[in-house]
Amino acid sequence: MSPAAHTAPQEASMPLTAGSTAAGFAWAITRDLTLALRHPGETLLVVAFFVLVASLFPLGVGADPQLLTRIGPGVIWVCALLAAFLSLPALFATDYADGTLEQMALSPHPMVSWVGGKVAAHWLVSGLPLTVLSPLLGLQYGLQADTLGTLALALALGTPVLSLLGAACTALALGARGGGMLLAILALPLFVPVLIFGAGAAEAQAAGLSASPHLSLLAAGLIVAAMALPFAVCTALRIALD
Amino acid sequence: MNWFFFSSPPTFYRLAGWMAPMFFISAAVLTAAGLYTGFVVAPTDAQQGEVYRIIFIHVPAAWMSMFLYFVMACYGAASLTFNTRLSAMMARAIAPTGALFTVLALWSGAFWGRPTWGTYWAWDARMTSELVLLFLYVGFIALANAFEDPRRGDRASALLAIIGLVNLPIIYFSVKWWNTLHQGSSVSFKGTSMHTAMLWGMLLMALACWAYAIGAALVRVRSIILVREARARWVREIAA
Repeated sequence: MSPAAHTAPQEASMPLTAGSTAAGFAWAITRDLTLALRHPGETLLVVAFFVLVASLFPLGVGADPQLLTRIGPGVIWVCALLAAFLSLPALFATDYADGTLEQMALSPHPMVSWVGGKVAAHWLVSGLPLTVLSPLLGLQYGLQADTLGTLALALALGTPVLSLLGAACTALALGARGGGMLLAILALPLFVPVLIFGAGAAEAQAAGLSASPHLSLLAAGLIVAAMALPFAVCTALRIALD
Repeated sequence: MNWFFFSSPPTFYRLAGWMAPMFFISAAVLTAAGLYTGFVVAPTDAQQGEVYRIIFIHVPAAWMSMFLYFVMACYGAASLTFNTRLSAMMARAIAPTGALFTVLALWSGAFWGRPTWGTYWAWDARMTSELVLLFLYVGFIALANAFEDPRRGDRASALLAIIGLVNLPIIYFSVKWWNTLHQGSSVSFKGTSMHTAMLWGMLLMALACWAYAIGAALVRVRSIILVREARARWVREIAA
């Protein structure tokens, strides 16, 4: 990606006077979504990766329908987790490398506003397509219709938490040695609770139990993460830009 | 009174050098007393037989793994709020000891699980969350050493330790929230379901682990201080 292509025209129209939370959020989300639309190949790579890895499992473990129904929700969740993780570097690292991030930190908008906008854009580009595609992959694994619905709902609640946690980890690791491996060691353990409750929801549904306890815990996790983590991301970015 | 008197690295270097041997000696005495109580005084368990004696290292190690993470996160928070260099060095010094106790808890748990449950490992809630704790320690150590500028590593890893604190209540309450394989706790503030000698053996071993952890952290922080302050005159005077 060339530096020129990476600078979206919205930056020029960024108001230089009064900063506001809403304006900062809207500016950041528009900029990142525009960048994603200008590079549809990169955006689709995440989706292609998700579908490809999920399709490898039946080839690896054997195509026994009962086994596939049993492991389906868990496999789809692990694939979603890896796809969310692999798209993390695009969130801050490119902007950090070319100095855009420092310019954003100097903008009049509160930092948490444009950080929130960037994380929301990351979810719209990575988490949302996976959620929408998950019923299709669930069909590959022979899941029942109600399990498919629960799986999609759990992904809709869980993937924003992954984006928020991942944003905090990638901000902490900006400029660190050991790049991708370090990010994996930081982010994947923190993703574990989301994986357990997310996969648990669909498995409970498939076993004829109620999925609502898992979904409630996921929703509670999402609320806590959305309230606390944007501020943690801001602290991490301030440490990185210091 | 100056609250930050001992947060000066040269002062603390001397204090730590004086305290570390004391803690190691108490650790040795307490271990001897704890092992004697555990292996000689404490009776054989009615249900598990002799194998229950793993408890005398398993439970103290598990307590320390969680408590040291908490202490490490507190030092991290102190280093972020007061910007004291020594707090960050203490957090770094505690991390390897914490990781060691986490490995000990998992390992002794595996050896205990084999004869009683028939398996070394189960994907039970408490074991899984303890394993995640080990990964958090590894992540902390990796992040702290991943930067050219050590201060940057201090601050980034401090924030990571604070984010990872969420895992501690999950480990602690996992036996209550999910009723899976791992047994509930035998000791609480309200009382205990154990024989007195067993309880004393466990408490003595817990104190021994405490003393060892403090001593090891102090020795380690002394080396970290020397490396970080290598250019200060007092360090060059010691080296000369």
